[in-house]
Amino acid sequence: MTPRRKKRLSLVALVLLGVGGATALFLTAFQENLILYHSPTEVAAGKAPVDRTFRVGGLVKEGSVARSEEDLKVRFTVTDTKDDVAIVYDGVLPDLFKEGQGIVANGKLNGDGVFVAEKVLAKHDENYMPPEVAESLEKAGGKPPHSMARPEGN
Amino acid sequence: MIPELGTVALALALCVALIQGAFPLAGAHKGIAPWMAVARPAAMAQFGFVALAFVILAYAFAVSDFSVAFVANNSNTALPIYYRLTAVWGGHEGSMLLWSFVLALWTLAVAVFSRTLPAEFAARVLGVMGLVSIGFLLFMLLTSNPFERLSPVPAQGTDLNPLLQDIGMIIHPPMLYMGYVGMAVAFGFAIAALLGGRLDPAWARWSRPWVTVAWMFLTAGVALGSWWAYYELGWGGWWFWDPVENASFMPWLVATALIHSLAVTEKRGLFKSWTVLLAITAFSLSLLGTFLVRSGVLTSVHAFATDPARGVYILTFLGVVVGGSLLLYALRGPSTLGGSTFSKVSRETLLLANNVLLMVAMATILLGTLYPLVIDAMGGGKLSVGPPYFNTVFVPIMSVLMLLLGVGNLARWKQDSLGRLWRHLRLALAGAVVIGGGGAIMLASDTFAAKTAMVALGLILAVWVLITSVQSLWTQLSTKRSVAAGLGRLPAGAYGMVLAHVGLAVTVVGITMTTAFNVEERLRMAPGDTKELAGYTFRFEGVDRVRGPNYDAATGTFKVSHDGQQVATLQPEKRNYMSGGKPMTEAGIDAGLTRDLYASLGQPQSGEEGAWSIRLYHKPFVRWIWLGALFMVGGGLVALSDRRYRVTRRRKAEAPAGEAPAPAEGA
Repeated sequence: MTPRRKKRLSLVALVLLGVGGATALFLTAFQENLILYHSPTEVAAGKAPVDRTFRVGGLVKEGSVARSEEDLKVRFTVTDTKDDVAIVYDGVLPDLFKEGQGIVANGKLNGDGVFVAEKVLAKHDENYMPPEVAESLEKAGGKPPHSMARPEGN
Repeated sequence: MIPELGTVALALALCVALIQGAFPLAGAHKGIAPWMAVARPAAMAQFGFVALAFVILAYAFAVSDFSVAFVANNSNTALPIYYRLTAVWGGHEGSMLLWSFVLALWTLAVAVFSRTLPAEFAARVLGVMGLVSIGFLLFMLLTSNPFERLSPVPAQGTDLNPLLQDIGMIIHPPMLYMGYVGMAVAFGFAIAALLGGRLDPAWARWSRPWVTVAWMFLTAGVALGSWWAYYELGWGGWWFWDPVENASFMPWLVATALIHSLAVTEKRGLFKSWTVLLAITAFSLSLLGTFLVRSGVLTSVHAFATDPARGVYILTFLGVVVGGSLLLYALRGPSTLGGSTFSKVSRETLLLANNVLLMVAMATILLGTLYPLVIDAMGGGKLSVGPPYFNTVFVPIMSVLMLLLGVGNLARWKQDSLGRLWRHLRLALAGAVVIGGGGAIMLASDTFAAKTAMVALGLILAVWVLITSVQSLWTQLSTKRSVAAGLGRLPAGAYGMVLAHVGLAVTVVGITMTTAFNVEERLRMAPGDTKELAGYTFRFEGVDRVRGPNYDAATGTFKVSHDGQQVATLQPEKRNYMSGGKPMTEAGIDAGLTRDLYASLGQPQSGEEGAWSIRLYHKPFVRWIWLGALFMVGGGLVALSDRRYRVTRRRKAEAPAGEAPAPAEGA
C-alpha cells in the first residue's frame, strides 16, 4: 500500500470506529428511552405495557381531582370520553392543570391498573390541546369541548 | 394605511432580492462587471425596505393598532412599552420578519465589508444571500404576512404569551437569529466558492471571521435560551432536550465543527470539500430549526405556532436549499479536491476527529428529535424519546471529544509523534487526574457517593482541557526567556482559542456539579414552615398579593439562612395576567458563583390556611454553565481582533485577490 492509501485507510477506520461506537450507544440508549403513547381506550383494552414507562393523555375528568391534605399526593382521572384511566401523582402540578384540561402524563401502570405518573404535562397555553390527546378524543368518537378545539397560538 | 406600507415595503424588498439574486450571479458567471456591481446597492436597498417594514410593525405595536391581526394576537394596551416592542418577534409572523431583517443586516454587513474581496466572489456571496432572502420574503408574503388586517377591529388585544413577557424574550431571539442567519453568510461563501470553483485557503480566511461572529451569536443565543428556561419555567432545569432546544443546538455543534475545519483549510489547505459540506449543513440545520419551531409539528413546550401550510413551504424551501446545494457540491466539489498530506499523528487528524465527533453528536440529536415525527407521519403512533437517551449518547461522545481536545491543544500540524505528545502531556494528564479526581473524592459525601465516578470524569476532563489549553500558549512562546514579551507576540487567535476552550471547561464543571449535587425538594408548606436543604434552612413566610403593571401576582417570601445567619430572601411569584387565564411561574432565585438557591410556587393547597405546593432547589455551580458560554463568546471576540484579518485586507487591496499566501503564524 502506498503511504497515501494507508493514511486514507486509517482515516476511514477512524471514522468508522466513531460512527460504529456511536451507533451501538445510540441503539441501546434509544431502545431504552422510547416512550410510547397510549390512549385511555388502549389502556382499558390492556394494550399498554406493565412496568414500562409510557405516556397517557386525555381530559382531566370533572370532579375527579382529589388532593391530599398533608402532602402533595393527588389523584385524578383522565378520559378520552370513552374510557378512563386513574392517575396518582406526587409532586407539583403544572400551572395549567385543571379539570377539563387536556394533559399528558409520563409514568407506569401499577398492579391495580392505576397509572403512577412521574411527570404531568400541561402546555403553556390554555387553548392548547396536546396532539396525542386530540387524536385519542377523535378516535374515541368524542368531540373536544369547544374552547379546546382551537389550534394553539391563534 | 401605514400597515399597508409595511406590506408594500416587503414586496419591494422581494423585488430587490430578486434582482440581487439574479444579476450578480449571472454577471459573475458571464463576467459582466456592471451586473455584478448591482449586488451592493441591491443589498443596501433591500436592507432599507426590510428595516422599514420592521419599523412599521414595531410602530403598530407601539400605538397598539389592533386592526393588524398580528398585533391584536400578540399585544395588549396594558403591556409595558418594552414588551410591546419586543412582541414584534413574539409570534410566528413577526419572528419571520425578524429573520428577514437579520438576514438583510448580515447581507448589508457583507456588502460593506467585502470591498477587498474579488468582485466576482463578493457578487456571488451577495447573490446567494439574495436567493435565501427571496425564500423568506416570499414565505412571509404568501403564508404569514405580519401586516394582515383584522376585521372587525377588536377593542383589546389578546396579549403577548405571558411566558414571553420577560427580559429573556427581549434578548434571546435576536441573539439566536443573529446566529442562525449568520450561517447564511457561511453558506453564501461556500456556495460562491463552489460556483467559482476555488476552494482555497484564501476563501477559508475570508469566511472565518464571519463564521466566528455567527458562532458567537449562536453560542450566546443557546446559552441565553438555557438561562431563560431555567428561571422562567420554574422547574429548575437548564436543559430539557426539548426539540426546540435541540433545533438551536444542532446548528451550534455543526458551526463549532465548521470553525475548526475552517482553521485546517486556512492553515493547511485541507478538508476543503468537508468544510463546504459543513457550511451547507450548518445553514440547512438553521432552516430545519425554523421548520421545527415554526410549523408546530412537535409536541414541545415551545411550539407557539401551528400551521401545516407554512410547514410545507419551509419543508419545500429546505428541500430546495439542501438538494440544490448538495447537487452543486456533487457537480463542483470533486474538482476542488487535493492539497497537501498529513500524518496520522498530527493536529489535522485530531481536528478531523473533533469534526467527526461533533457531527456524530449532531446526528444522534437529529435522530432523537426527528424519529418521533417520522414514526408519527408513517402512522406508527405517537411516541417520544426521553431525555435519558440524549444524556446517554451525548456524555460519552463529549468525553472523547474533550480528551482529544487536550491532545489537539499540544499536537503539531502536519506531523507529530506519539512519543513527543506523551512527553508534553503526561504532566497535564497527571495534574488533571490528581486535581479532578481528588476534587471528586473530596466532594463526595455519603449522600452522593454513587456519583463520585461521574463527578471525577467531569472534573478530570475539565481540568485536562484547562491545563492543556494554557500549556499550548506556553509552547507557542517565541522566547522562553522573557515570558511577557513572548506572550505579547502571540497572535490574538491563540488567546481566543484558549479562552473558548477554557469556557468549555467552565461549562463542563458547571454541568457536572449541578447534575451531581443538585438537591431538590417538592413539598407542601404552610406559612412558618421550615425546610432544611443542603445546609440551608428555607423558611416560608407566606404569600402576599402583589399587583404588577398588567398582572396580579401571588408573591411568596422565603427567608433562607445558613449557620443561623440569614443569607437570602427569595420571592417567587405566581402571576395571573389580566388579559387571560394563563398563570405564570416566576422562580425566586438567589444567584451565586458557587450555588443558586431557587424556590418556585406550585398551587395553593387545601387544608391549612395559606399552604402551597413548593419546589426548593440548591444548585451548586449552575452559573458556570452560562459563564462558560460567556468565555466562549469572549474567545471569539478576541480571535476576531487578530491582526491577520486586518493585514489581509490591506494586502488584498494591493495584490490581485486570493494570491496572497496563507499566513503561517497562529493557531
